[in-house]
Amino acid sequence: MRIAIPRLGRILLCAIQQDLSDDDALEFQSNLLSTIADVEALGVVIDISALDVVDSFMARVINDTASMARLLGAEIIVCGIQPFVALTLVEMGQGLLGANCTFNLEQGLKTLQARIALRGDFTATKDDDEHFD
Amino acid sequence: MNTLTKYCDTVTVRNTSDIVLARSCARALAARLGFGKADQTRLATAVSELTRNVIMYAGSGECNVTDTSDAEFNRIEITVKDHGPGIADIELAMQDGFSTGGSMGAGLAGTRRLVEDFSLESAPGLTKVTVSLSLRRT
Repeated sequence: MRIAIPRLGRILLCAIQQDLSDDDALEFQSNLLSTIADVEALGVVIDISALDVVDSFMARVINDTASMARLLGAEIIVCGIQPFVALTLVEMGQGLLGANCTFNLEQGLKTLQARIALRGDFTATKDDDEHFD
Repeated sequence: MNTLTKYCDTVTVRNTSDIVLARSCARALAARLGFGKADQTRLATAVSELTRNVIMYAGSGECNVTDTSDAEFNRIEITVKDHGPGIADIELAMQDGFSTGGSMGAGLAGTRRLVEDFSLESAPGLTKVTVSLSLRRT
């Protein structure tokens, strides 16, 4: 099962549309990371509104993916967690899912853009480099 | 896999796609018995955690999803069993945050919090976890 990772400039938007097996989730993780590296994505929004079960494994895959993406240099937002998924995750154990979350894709994208703007490094041009010559 | 909502009984758990099958089976029965979305999600998640334990620690096993409703309650009972090495120290395994698999899973303690009844018996060769949720008939 391959999850499409559409690109909007240097931002990646991916929506997980169906319940994933552990293997599918790990495949998604590695596909996403290589796409981030390939396009040097500044940010990623992962929409999980279609997931009606996020167990501890899936939560960890999402958390790990977020940490990995940050190591590469991308900002990451998870959006659309279902209320009952949130309820179950917290009942099961605090801290299973600690990524930055938003209600929906639109809000996720805005938050991401604000964060990228704050970081400011995407504006790095030749002029900046000249200071170090 | 497409007909799973029609008939749910025993799911043989051998690989990670069986986890998906087992949890959707549990959710489908819970929905049919009138459980709300919160309980459906709790149950599906509990099944997911338990069947993953089977794969991680025993390699294979099975998951039974049974409707044990009576006149007073709608009830769904899930039994997950395997013939693996068993749990060495049940008391320790039931503690919060305990894991030997390096999985950082929610563990048995986390799973227990999602359901009403939780019973566990384990010996080398047979580990059986039974969980259930019930809903008073209106």
